[in-house]
Amino acid sequence: MTSPTLKRTPLYEAHVDANAKLVPFGGWEMPIQYSSGIRAEHEAVRTRAGVFDVSHMGEVEISGPDAEAFLQHVYSNDVTRLAVGGAQYALICNEDGGVLDDLFTYRLAPDRYLTVTNAANHERDVEWLRSQAGGFDVEVADVADSYAMLAVQGPVARELGQAIADSPLPGRMQAARRILLGREALVCGTGYTGEDGVELLLDPADAPAIWEDLLRRGATPCGLGARDTLRLEVNFHLYGNELSTDRNPIEAGLGWVCKEDTGFIGSDVVRRAREEGTAQKLVAFKIDGPGIARQGNPVVDGGEVTSGTMSPSLGVGIGMAYLPAERAAVGERFQIDVRGKLRSAVVAARPLYDKETDGPRQLSG
Amino acid sequence: MAPASYPDDLLYHPDHDWARIEDDVATFGITWFAQDALGEVVFFDPPEVGSAVTAGEFYAEVESVKAVSDVIAPLTGEIVEVNTALADTPEAINEDPYGAGWMVRVKLSEPGQADGLLDSDAYVAML
Repeated sequence: MTSPTLKRTPLYEAHVDANAKLVPFGGWEMPIQYSSGIRAEHEAVRTRAGVFDVSHMGEVEISGPDAEAFLQHVYSNDVTRLAVGGAQYALICNEDGGVLDDLFTYRLAPDRYLTVTNAANHERDVEWLRSQAGGFDVEVADVADSYAMLAVQGPVARELGQAIADSPLPGRMQAARRILLGREALVCGTGYTGEDGVELLLDPADAPAIWEDLLRRGATPCGLGARDTLRLEVNFHLYGNELSTDRNPIEAGLGWVCKEDTGFIGSDVVRRAREEGTAQKLVAFKIDGPGIARQGNPVVDGGEVTSGTMSPSLGVGIGMAYLPAERAAVGERFQIDVRGKLRSAVVAARPLYDKETDGPRQLSG
Repeated sequence: MAPASYPDDLLYHPDHDWARIEDDVATFGITWFAQDALGEVVFFDPPEVGSAVTAGEFYAEVESVKAVSDVIAPLTGEIVEVNTALADTPEAINEDPYGAGWMVRVKLSEPGQADGLLDSDAYVAML
C-alpha cells in the first residue's frame, strides 16, 4: 500500500497512532479518515470543531522591492488590494488562460508575501513563478519544508484556537503572527469547509504538540475524506477536479477572482471569455433519486461531472459538473451516465449546503 | 462498527465476499475486511430478482463515501430475493456485514462450485 517515495508530514506518527487510513495524495502519504469515519468527522466540523493535517500543501515566499508588481503580473486577482495582514484568493493562469493553480496568498509585509499551493502543483508553481520573474527585483523561495499546516474548522474552532493563543486571533481573511503554546505561528482566518475557523502555519517541529493539544481540547481529527465532502457541500473548487489547464476561470465560475485590468498573464483570454461567454459552465447539482455520480461520469448531451459524493449533511448525492452554458441555469434537469445507468440530476443553487437553512438547529432552553 | 470477524459457518470468495449455503439457496454479502476497506457505505444498488449471477463476476454496486465498488458473486445461480432494507439502511453493510447487511439470495445452478470457496481459516490466512 505504501511507497518509499511518498513524503510524510510531521504528524505521520500521530496519524498512525490514531489508526488513520493513510493513502497517497499529491505525492504525500496522508490520512483519508480516522477510526470514527468520514461522516462522523464531517459532522464534527459542521457542529463543533475538527482539525486537519494539511501539511502536504506547499508554501512559496515572494519577496523583494518588486514583489507586488510581480504578483500582479502572475496572479489573477488585484494584488494591490491585498493589505499587510490580509489574505487573498487568486489563480495562476498560463498564456492561454488555462488554470495552473488556485491559491491563497498572505501579505506578511509590504514587500513580502506567502502563498499556499496545492501539493500536486507545488513544484510546477515554483518553476512557473521563477520563469516569469525576469525583469522583476524579486526572490521566489520554495519554503514548503519550513512549514507544517493545520486547519482548525467548525463553529467552535476559533474558540479552541484562541484558548492556546497569546492574543486575539485574526478575523476572517486576515493573517497574523501569534504565539501558540509558546511557539510562533502564522494564524490565518481561512479554510476550506464553509465553517468558521483558522489555518495554522507552523514550524514542523512544533506541529505535533499543537495537534495533540487541540485534540485534548476536543477537536476531532479529520482526514482528507471529510475535507472533500465538506468542501463539495459548499462548492469550493478542487484543482484536478473543477480546475485544470483545460479550463479557464470564467467557465469555472471564478471570474470574481480575475481582474483583467491588471494585465495578468492570461488576462486577454479571460477578458474575451467574460465578454463572449463560454461553451460550458460549472454548476452544482443534486441527484434526483438514488445513486451517486463521480468524477468523470459523462453528462448525456454534453458535459462531465468533476466531483461527486453522497452529502453527509443533506443525505443526497451531490456534485459539480461542466454543462453546456445554455443548460446551466438553476433548476435545469439533466441525466448523468453513471457506469451505464442513467441518473437524473438538477442544477442547484450554490452553496448546496447553506448553514442558515441546512445547518444544525440550535438547542433551545 | 462491529469488530473484525469471519464466521465459521460461511464460505468465502477471495474477492472478499461470503456465501451462506442452505440446501440449494445461498445468501451473499461482503466480508468484514471488504466493508472496512470500503469505508462507510452510503448506497447499495441492488440487482433485480430473476437476474442471473455468475461466480467471479459482479452482480451489484456498493458505494462508500469515497468510491464505488463492484460486488462479486461467489457462486452461480439466479437471484430469488434482494435485501430491499439496504435502500434505507446501507450502513447495515458496515455494522452487521453477515446479518442485516446481507445482499441477495441466489438459487444455485452449480452447487458443486462451493468446493472451490475458502473456509474461514483459509480466507483469514490470505488477508
